[in-house]
Amino acid sequence: MTLDLSLLPDGGLHWLIASGDHAGIVISSRIRLARNLSGFAFPARAREGERLRVLQEVRGAMPRLASLRDGAFVRVDECTAQERLLLHERHLVSRELAGVERKGAIPGAGGVIVTGDAGVMVNEEDHLRVQTFRSGFDIAGALRDAERIDRELGQTLPYAWHQEFGFLTACPTNTGTGMRASVLIHLPGLVLTQEIQKVLQGLQHMGLTYRGLYGEGSDVVGNYFQISNQTTLGRTEDELVDQLMRVVRRVIEREEEARRVLQRDAGYIIDDKLWRAYGTLRHARNLPAGEAMTLLSAVRLAAGLNLLSGLSVYTLNKLLIFSQSAHLAQAEGRPLTEGEANLARAKYVRQVLANEARHTG
Amino acid sequence: MVCDQCRERDAVVHLTQIVGKTVAQVHLCEKCAAERGIETTVAEPTHPLGDFLQAVQQQAAQLPGDAARCAYCGTSLRDFRASGRLGCAQCYGAFDQSLRELLRRVHGSTRHEGWRYEPQDASEGAEPDREGALRALRDRLQRAIADEAFETAAALRDEIRGLE
Repeated sequence: MTLDLSLLPDGGLHWLIASGDHAGIVISSRIRLARNLSGFAFPARAREGERLRVLQEVRGAMPRLASLRDGAFVRVDECTAQERLLLHERHLVSRELAGVERKGAIPGAGGVIVTGDAGVMVNEEDHLRVQTFRSGFDIAGALRDAERIDRELGQTLPYAWHQEFGFLTACPTNTGTGMRASVLIHLPGLVLTQEIQKVLQGLQHMGLTYRGLYGEGSDVVGNYFQISNQTTLGRTEDELVDQLMRVVRRVIEREEEARRVLQRDAGYIIDDKLWRAYGTLRHARNLPAGEAMTLLSAVRLAAGLNLLSGLSVYTLNKLLIFSQSAHLAQAEGRPLTEGEANLARAKYVRQVLANEARHTG
Repeated sequence: MVCDQCRERDAVVHLTQIVGKTVAQVHLCEKCAAERGIETTVAEPTHPLGDFLQAVQQQAAQLPGDAARCAYCGTSLRDFRASGRLGCAQCYGAFDQSLRELLRRVHGSTRHEGWRYEPQDASEGAEPDREGALRALRDRLQRAIADEAFETAAALRDEIRGLE
């Protein structure tokens, strides 16, 4: 199967638009709901035929679901490795379902429904993983979207439900609400002032946890963190979201404070560091992924400090996703070796930044 | 005591199997136990889920019904301990006691306070859904055979015949 990106509404990337609150610091807000269908074993325990029937049930229900009927349906297990990586780079498909770390066969009957700002993974760890995205700091908005999709799905497909435990999931760490609310947040100020460890430790005391840019098991790169609730049972969705919002608001304040301290106490050092990062991105000919991430993080900070006034947050968000390997290969129209991808990345970033500089004069 | 399966060697593994409401004792020698995929040594968990799995492990170690299986999907408490994943919704009933303790440790509660869900009435349209029930039973039968859980398989076969 060849993935035609033009078929994906908004390419599943509406959340890059940088329209929400604090969009310079909070890239996106996301809600994930884990749900299972009644009468089928969970995907890891189900046989191929059973997983396939789950997939068919979901696909068959799509026309009856107002919020998903215009979405694109993709059979993940029929995609090429590069297409799967591309869906993963867009946060539409998890590492596990995309088989990012697997060499051979990937799990069978995997699917994803993609709409402008939502996605539903099928046959991941649970039968359904509903995901909604909002640009900037808008977890409450993402929750409303998720609730609407969940209600429609639950009315059409019978869920696995327990009167006391709530929504039943393959892993008991998700039981109850099945909800993981998270923000993708950029915290270079706290990293540079070495306050970050204190903040991250504080999160754990508040019932929250953090991960890297690509969720569970991914490294923290470019000072991007995903902060989310740790527990899913015993409190309502609204309570969990309120708690996360309260803490994230506090983290944003501390990040802003750290940036003020940096500018006050190390003004020219920071200036120089950020302008050098921008200079490298504008002129480099060979750009490995890790270096690009670090430099783009510096440039994002420079824009946040109003050193680089012409660069829009939308462009920075776009660079974050489109400078990754599978996206570069897609743009070049052929698979790239790591070395080729590094050359293509340098060229792509140069072009985007030169273009932006021209527009802003 | 001789092994229930080969009737030759001494039984060293003594299992309590709970199938529906009946409790059966199974006595196996080391070889037959291994053939059925029953480990005679305690395996280390293969997934580093840290504190969580440690909690499961401590929990399971205190419980005698380690080999208890979910009658629906065949997942045992030991499987759950190794992977940290349950096999199906019915596992929550099968391992109720262990799970309650675990949920309390992980979440500080066992009671869902969030959105309610009204399950669709199963009795309504029971007739058109007979095919679905049959498919589910056949899936369970396949899994039981793969697990060599022959008593479960026999019960499922009878249930399928009844429906057909």
